[in-house]
Amino acid sequence: MINIVKVKWGDALVGIVLVSHSKKMADGAKEIIEQVIRGKIKIEVAAGTSDNRLGTDVFLIEEKVMEVFDGDGVLIIPDLGSAVMSAEMAIESLEEPIKSKTQLADSPFFEGAISAAMEASFGKSLEEVKQAAENTRGMKKIA
Amino acid sequence: MAVNSAELIEIINLIAHDIQENKDFLTELDSAIGDADHGINMSKGFKAVNEKISTMGDKDCGSILKTVGMTLVSTVGGASGPLYGTAFMRAGQAVGAKKELDFNDLPIILDAALEGIKMRGKAEKGEKTIIDALEPAVEVLKKSSPVDIKLMEEAVKAAKDGVEYTKGIIAKKGRASYLGERSIGHQDPGATSCYIMLAAVYKAIHDKNN
Repeated sequence: MINIVKVKWGDALVGIVLVSHSKKMADGAKEIIEQVIRGKIKIEVAAGTSDNRLGTDVFLIEEKVMEVFDGDGVLIIPDLGSAVMSAEMAIESLEEPIKSKTQLADSPFFEGAISAAMEASFGKSLEEVKQAAENTRGMKKIA
Repeated sequence: MAVNSAELIEIINLIAHDIQENKDFLTELDSAIGDADHGINMSKGFKAVNEKISTMGDKDCGSILKTVGMTLVSTVGGASGPLYGTAFMRAGQAVGAKKELDFNDLPIILDAALEGIKMRGKAEKGEKTIIDALEPAVEVLKKSSPVDIKLMEEAVKAAKDGVEYTKGIIAKKGRASYLGERSIGHQDPGATSCYIMLAAVYKAIHDKNN
């Protein structure tokens, strides 16, 4: 079990699911994010197929969303193509109350994921966490 | 022509067989403009379908088609998983609890599948996708009623022409879209697998009638 420490900025507990074709890529992203989040929020990976090929699996995404759901919502960060479609299908097949509190971020994968995770760790709402991810769309890395 | 649940399973198994036969061809097409996994993904998906539906002979046609869709979305891996998965699930919804299908169910099934794919992929005809093969086939099937084997043959031909058409257009969806104009000259793997499936269904029904 992750020991969740609530911080003063907000009370929400938004979970994050990283959906990628590659388990290595998503695990790597999670590793970097965990370094700054340090267990404050639940973040899970739904990546690769059950027989270890590159790809996404609707049921695995559903399962991971349910795992990180703590009442305040879940943000899914997909990489591209089938990750987006599989995530949409997973949301459609979820049951309430999780379904209407699960959203998909339209953002760059890693930048979106780390910004969302930071925001979530401050106890921000699902909408704010999603916005944080999507604000990275035009982000400049070099001044 | 009437197809009961057991025969529907046979038709789906024939689709699986033809996908298997064309596995390397589909992957080859996908390696030219995509991520070189379409054949492998489809073959994995339909192998799983094969096992899953083998004991469903006593179930209704809608449940069988829905099971095909559910299986594809969790085993294919690539974009064809949610796309064909949605197609089969929508087709299953469209036929409902029927235990027997006939020619006139064909446009209903394929129209539901087409709408499902369009919704899921947010795509239209002319973007170098499955739709370029499926939509022309659906249009043929919807143009006259009752549907017969001749019309079905014409629909499969329209799908084949649709595959040819994808050679001349730019990919707007999926990994191939990153190639832009460089995707011209290559036929779309998704349109091709769709044609293979339609041709398999035609073949199965044609053989059953003779």
